[in-house]
Amino acid sequence: MKRGRSIAQTLGGRQKAAIIVVTVLVGFGLGFGVAHLMAGSIAYWGVVSGPFLLTLRVAVPATVVAGIAGIASGYVLAKGRFPGRDLLETLGSLPIILPPTVIGFYLLEVLSPGTKVGGFLTRVIGHVLVYNVTGCIIAATIAAFPFCMRAARTAIEGVDPLFEQAARTMGLPNWRVALKVTLPLARRGISAGLTIGCARALGEYGATLMVGGDINGKTRTMSLAILDSFTTPERNTMLLILVLMAITAMTGVGLLGRSRA
Amino acid sequence: MTAALKVTVTKKIGDFELDVAFTMESGLSVLFGPSGAGKSLTLALIAGLIRPDTGTIVINGNVVTDCARRIHVSTQDRRIGMVFQDGLLLPHRSVLDNVALAVRHASGRQARRAVARSWLERVGAEGFADRRPRSLSGGQRQRVALARGLAGDPDLVLLDEPLSSLDSAVRRELRNLIRGVIISSGVPAVLVTHDATEAEELGDVVIAYNDGRVTGRRIVEQPVGPEPPRRAPESTESG
Repeated sequence: MKRGRSIAQTLGGRQKAAIIVVTVLVGFGLGFGVAHLMAGSIAYWGVVSGPFLLTLRVAVPATVVAGIAGIASGYVLAKGRFPGRDLLETLGSLPIILPPTVIGFYLLEVLSPGTKVGGFLTRVIGHVLVYNVTGCIIAATIAAFPFCMRAARTAIEGVDPLFEQAARTMGLPNWRVALKVTLPLARRGISAGLTIGCARALGEYGATLMVGGDINGKTRTMSLAILDSFTTPERNTMLLILVLMAITAMTGVGLLGRSRA
Repeated sequence: MTAALKVTVTKKIGDFELDVAFTMESGLSVLFGPSGAGKSLTLALIAGLIRPDTGTIVINGNVVTDCARRIHVSTQDRRIGMVFQDGLLLPHRSVLDNVALAVRHASGRQARRAVARSWLERVGAEGFADRRPRSLSGGQRQRVALARGLAGDPDLVLLDEPLSSLDSAVRRELRNLIRGVIISSGVPAVLVTHDATEAEELGDVVIAYNDGRVTGRRIVEQPVGPEPPRRAPESTESG
């Protein structure tokens, strides 16, 4: 026991974070591999494995993008002194307030190749942004973003400004003060926001349905597949897997927040 | 000879009005006066953390503040070191990394850490280089804060009541250390205190403050003291 504690103490924050990330990924991988091997024993695994993998493909990049954008905008909202700051936060928080189908409708308006903006974006990017995995990722990102942004703003505002002043007297430019002082000190609140954002991305339904289209084998994530199979027995397997995924992801992100950076 | 620091500033905050002017050469100058006299506010103005209403501040011949000419050099570019009342060490970094973060003139992480380690040795804090600040006593934290304040090779070091949160035995010990390390480093320093003994024992010059004004200036003959203690004693403080 004593030895275990001393090993933990010798690890740096980055090493601990890396170990947690690897453990969560290996956990997911092993779980999926074992489930495949036991496909005969697990009811309807063949039906649920596709949506399961697609949910991971959607939720992971959505959490990363929403996390980076949320932390950056949370920082600007916490530190910036400009008119319209609160209005910006309200706009960024709209996905929490509005029904997901409304968000989906507006996303379709913006992303669909048939609209002016969507047509322009499709030409510029060279890739259709709706009714495919990209559309699902965009919908999940929009859904997760406000949780990351609001948590980051609150956490950054809670950092004692004296630490930032001390860092400036050491000659650190503002961007290094942000990276070396503010964000590490705000990491617990930020990771709480990432946890909720990740959970939101995993369970996103309404906007994904409208932008992704619930196409079997292409854009049918777990939450869409659960509704589609609501009257069939495989829904129990899907529900169980989704609950386990949410618990694993939230535990992993929570542990990351508690590990000392 | 260029003055290490020239200050002529006014600043009004609420009902309080600061209106001070003084010059200091090398060595350690003490701003001494009762609480609320404007000493710490003066340090914040010198550090560039607050802008004065009028006046100028010149550090080592460089104009860092000139209200008439709208000059206000940022805190980062003033080449100062600062030791705060309760250390303000970054809690998420080790002692060594706290000091290394302040090192300006070394490229590469290893070089910065080597400079930081040498400063920790000079203040007798090399023994806790790998510890986190929360595990240190108040006296140990202030040793590290002193190393951090000097590690950036500053033109001027500012010490804002660095001993006020410590018990009397540790204060006595750190007074010797602070004076010894600062004089041997050759970096001019301004220290703020409301303790008369501290002012007498630390300062080459004591500048008296009262109610936002400089009320006196006195040169103190300091004895040639022993080398500062190198080894940090086992602290009796709880934190």
